[in-house]
Formats: sequence, C-alpha cells, structure tokens
Amino acid sequence: MRNGLRQSMAWLHTWSGLVVGWVLFAVFLTGTASYYKPEISRWMQPELRREASLGPDVLARAADLAVAHLQAHAAGARTWFITLPQPDRPLLELFWRTRPGTPPGRAVLDPRTGEPAALRETKGGEFLYRFHFELNLPPLWGRWIVGGCAMIMLVALVSGVVTHRRIFADFFTLRRDKSAQRGWLDAHNVTGVLALPFHLMITYTGVVTLALMYMPWGVTAAYRGDAQAYFAETGQITQPRPPAGRPGTLAPVGPMVRQAAATIPGPLERLTVANPRDANATVVAVFEEPHGLSHEHPQVAFDGATGAVVEVRQGGLRPAAKTFTTMVGLHEAHFAGAALRVLFFLCGLMGTAMVATGLVLWTVARLPRSGQAPGPGWRLVHGLNVGTVAGLPAAVAAYFLANRLLPPDLAGRAEWEVWAFFSTWLATTLAAFLPPPRQAWSGALVLAAALYLAVPVADVLTAAAAWDDPAWFLGFDAAIIALAACLAIIARKVARYEAPRRARRDAAGRPAPGAPPAAPEPALHAAPGPRGEGADARLGRA
Amino acid sequence: MSHRRAARADILGRAAVAGRVVLAAGGGYGIAALATALLSLTLPLPRSEAVTAATLLSVAVMVGVVVAVFAARSLLRALVGVGAAGLVLGGALWLVAGAIPPGPAA
Repeated sequence: MRNGLRQSMAWLHTWSGLVVGWVLFAVFLTGTASYYKPEISRWMQPELRREASLGPDVLARAADLAVAHLQAHAAGARTWFITLPQPDRPLLELFWRTRPGTPPGRAVLDPRTGEPAALRETKGGEFLYRFHFELNLPPLWGRWIVGGCAMIMLVALVSGVVTHRRIFADFFTLRRDKSAQRGWLDAHNVTGVLALPFHLMITYTGVVTLALMYMPWGVTAAYRGDAQAYFAETGQITQPRPPAGRPGTLAPVGPMVRQAAATIPGPLERLTVANPRDANATVVAVFEEPHGLSHEHPQVAFDGATGAVVEVRQGGLRPAAKTFTTMVGLHEAHFAGAALRVLFFLCGLMGTAMVATGLVLWTVARLPRSGQAPGPGWRLVHGLNVGTVAGLPAAVAAYFLANRLLPPDLAGRAEWEVWAFFSTWLATTLAAFLPPPRQAWSGALVLAAALYLAVPVADVLTAAAAWDDPAWFLGFDAAIIALAACLAIIARKVARYEAPRRARRDAAGRPAPGAPPAAPEPALHAAPGPRGEGADARLGRA
Repeated sequence: MSHRRAARADILGRAAVAGRVVLAAGGGYGIAALATALLSLTLPLPRSEAVTAATLLSVAVMVGVVVAVFAARSLLRALVGVGAAGLVLGGALWLVAGAIPPGPAA
C-alpha cells in the first residue's frame, strides 16, 4: 500500500491470483470441458443407441413406467424428477429426494421395458460439470468456495483494467526473445486481454447463476425468505402447491404427458412430481428451452390427483427476470450452434491458459539465484503448479481411460472412475515435488499427453464393437488426439527450451535452474527489493 | 537503526494490507447485502423485478466496494467510508422495513 495505487493493485493481483489460481484453473478447465457435456456423456456410454424421434405416445408410456418404478422404490420421497427419453439420449433417468440431509436416489431405466438400462455405470460429463462449481465437495461448501474465487477473479479483472495503461498494445505484444519472464508476462497479458470480454462475462454470469444463494437478502427483505414464492412470481417456475396433509392417489401421468405435448410445441424434457402421495400432488411438465439466449423452460403444471391443468408458463418474463435468465443462458451457452460453441470452448481454453501462465509467472519471477536452492515456499508453489496445470488434464484423461478399461459390470463403477480422476491428480502432484523443476514439468506433461493418446487406443480396442455411429466416435477420438498433440508439443518445448541469447549471456556458466527455465535478467528488475517485486510492479504497467 | 525502522514499516504495511483484505471482504459483502435488501424494497418496480434487479446489481456493488477499499489513500479512510455507507444503508433499510406493514409471504 505504501507504493501507491498501481503497485498495491499489482500486489493484490499477484497474491490473490496465487491463492485462488489453482481453484480457478480447475474451474476454468472443467467448465470449458462442460461446453461438450452431452458429447462426453455420450462417448462414455457407447452402448447407448440413439433414436430418430420419440412421439408423445412413447413419452407417455415411458412416463407411466417411470412412475411405476418410483411408486415401488421411492414411495416415501417428497419429490420425483423424471428425465424423459430424448432422441440423443433415449433413457429414463430418475432422481428423487426424500428429506434434507438424506442422499437422493437415482435410477436409469430402459424407456421401453422400465427395467434398469443395460449400460455401463458412469457419471459421464455430469461429473466434470458438477466439479466445475462444486469441486466434488458437499454442494454448499463447493459453491461458496467457487463463488469466493469467482469474486476475487472479478476484482482482479476490474482492478487490472482500471490500472492497465497499455491495454490495447497488449493485444499485440508477445516478446519471446527478451527473457523467459517477459515471455510469460506477455503470454499472461495476451490471454487475459484478448478474451477479456469473455472473462468478464463468464465470471459475472457465473456468480449470477448462484446469486440467490450467495445474496439471498433481497428475497429475505421482500419475501420473508420464501424463495419459491419469489421464483413463481418472476415466472421462472409454476406456483408451488403446498401439501394438503391428506393421502391421495396420483392419477396416471401418461395422459398428462400427451396433453402437455399438445399444449406446447417444443420437446418435452422432464417431469417433476411434488408430494406424490398427497391429495395435493403436483405434476409439472418441463420443456426444453426454446431457441434464444434466455435460459427459460416452458412449463405446464397439473393437479396430480385429478390430472387437470393448473397453470401454463411460457415466456412473458418481465425485463429484470429476462436479464437474469439471459445471463444464465449466456453462461451455459446452450443456445450456441456448433461454430459458436467452438468459439466459447476456445475462449474457455484461453481463460484456462491465462490462469496457468499467471501461476507459472509467479515461479519464474521468483526463480532462485544461481547456486541457491529454492526455498520451501517456492517449491510448494511449483509443485502445486505442476500438479494442477499438468496434473488436472492428466486426471481428466485418466477419467476417460478408466471408463473404457474398467469392467462394464463392475460394482460401484462410476465411483471408481472418479477415483481414477483424483488418484491421478494426487499422484502427479506428489511426484512433481521429486525431480528438478524442469524435469517435473516435462515429465508431467508427457504423462498427460500419453494418457490422452491412450484414450482413443482403449476406445478402439474395447468399445468399437458397440459404436452406433463410428464417424462420431472417431471424431471424438480425433479431438482427444489433438489434445494429446498439444500437450506433447508443450512438453517438448519445455524440455528443449534454451534461454534467449541476451538472458543466456547473463546466465553464462550457471546451470539452468528451473522450469520453464530462465535466468532472470537483473536489468529487468525495475525496483530493488524483495525478489519478484519488479515483476509485480510491471504487471501494472507503470 | 534505519534497518529496523524499515522492517517495522514493512510489518505495518503488511498489517494495513491484511486490514484492507478483511475490510474488503466483510465490508464489501455487508454493503452489497444491505443495498440488495434496501433496493428490493424501494425500487419502483413490481416486487419480483425489484428483487431480481437488486440481486443482479449486488455483484457489481461488491466489486465496487472492494476496489474502493484498495484504492483509498489509507486504511482509516477506507474504514470510515465503508462504515458511513453501511450506517446510511442500514438506517434507510430500518426505516423502510419498519414503514412497510408485514404482509403475507407470497
């Protein structure tokens, strides 16, 4: 603080970025992968057969089978969630909640027979998607941690913009020839600035998706904390119907499905059954979002006991509610076609790279001087950097690989896949502390590349017989090979890197100390002081 | 001697930074929460719209407070600014919430 605004902001940026950087990297990486969540889920269940189209009669029959299963296995539940079969995913996916504190129940059924589906058990893309905002922790913990990190990222972005004088020039600045530290600083600036509108948008809208959990005080003040009443009044859900407290019998849902499909033109996505054994049971048919930016599902609510329509919700949101649903829609990018989704994916990768280059820059700016051993703080940051930046991609590859290599009928298979993810991540991080820094980087990157390369091999060897659309699966495998190639190129660059000539002259006679190796140029340290302060001050571009 | 003074200034500087971090997090969230509750009750919009608009704005409010806390010339000024804003918002909320008769939740 004693050095003026720009330095204090640079200090804030450096240290807040380091503290949340590892979490943000994980959030960015798994969030970016989640743009392809349906594709990942499909690839992870190659036995699944897609169907051309599913008429209302098929859906109605499937819904009746689902209710029969739930009556038998989840009669005491408060709410049933039934995801109806879709052409891309012709399965009945059931989910039910009994009471707060008890784990929810799940089942996946064949929509023709109502029997458990003959598919390998996996969490698919859903695991990466959930990890993106819950970190595989208890949901409340994960969401608060990710929200706090997102707020810090937002502050870093805004303070970065405010204090940045050369923001336009940074679009075009990448000085690889001066020194490694310059190169990493410029890479951090290019990835940060080029996709800045995306970073601001994705961070703000990301916080907004959970804003009512983080900031419930408006609902507290105006609705006395009744969030359901608030959601219903905004028009995002149908009016909640409290249970009557008397037992009732649920009417057949098949006719309700037919009537809902006749009321609203879009594809029917799921049913929610609230208080299924109460006289005031409610069945809500929820449709896919219609074309457009806004994340809003048309809905038809039925009286569960009589089967009569109670309410139809379709469009007509007021401006603030529409702004909210549009922000959520922008974050999820369900509206994006193939080309736009690639752009979202690339922007997400750029955000991931921005976090990674920032983390690497911290260690490069604080490389130990010649002859000195790195301190415990530096080694800790370096190890966690390698373990996160290279280890997390390796963990995702291990997750895919486990999906193909574990026996399809293994008990608890989905948990074993998740175990493969975390054990690979942990092992990479621990191993990163052992070898010299440069070898740690190239070794971890080679490992990640090898794991990605093994994924298509395992796919072809174990699952090719099950593919319903070989071209699609080969396309997915080609994308995985492209990722392996990127990682291999980076590993090679790290292993063969030589400091630029100017820097090398300064470094003559010293062993290359670190990875990505670079000799810090004394002339670049603008201000004397604690190591790395010069680099910090330059982040603010004095 | 001057070495010790420099070390002391360093520790004081770091303590001031830590103070700002605490003030930015706690004060930023507190101001944002008070502003959200106040705007939810006072914006001239239907009730659900006022709550939605206020909640959407709360993120920007908190970021603004955090940046202001770090931009302030001294920790004391930042503390006075956040405290004054909190008192004004809290007082206004107390008046407004008292003036609105308690109605049904929905």
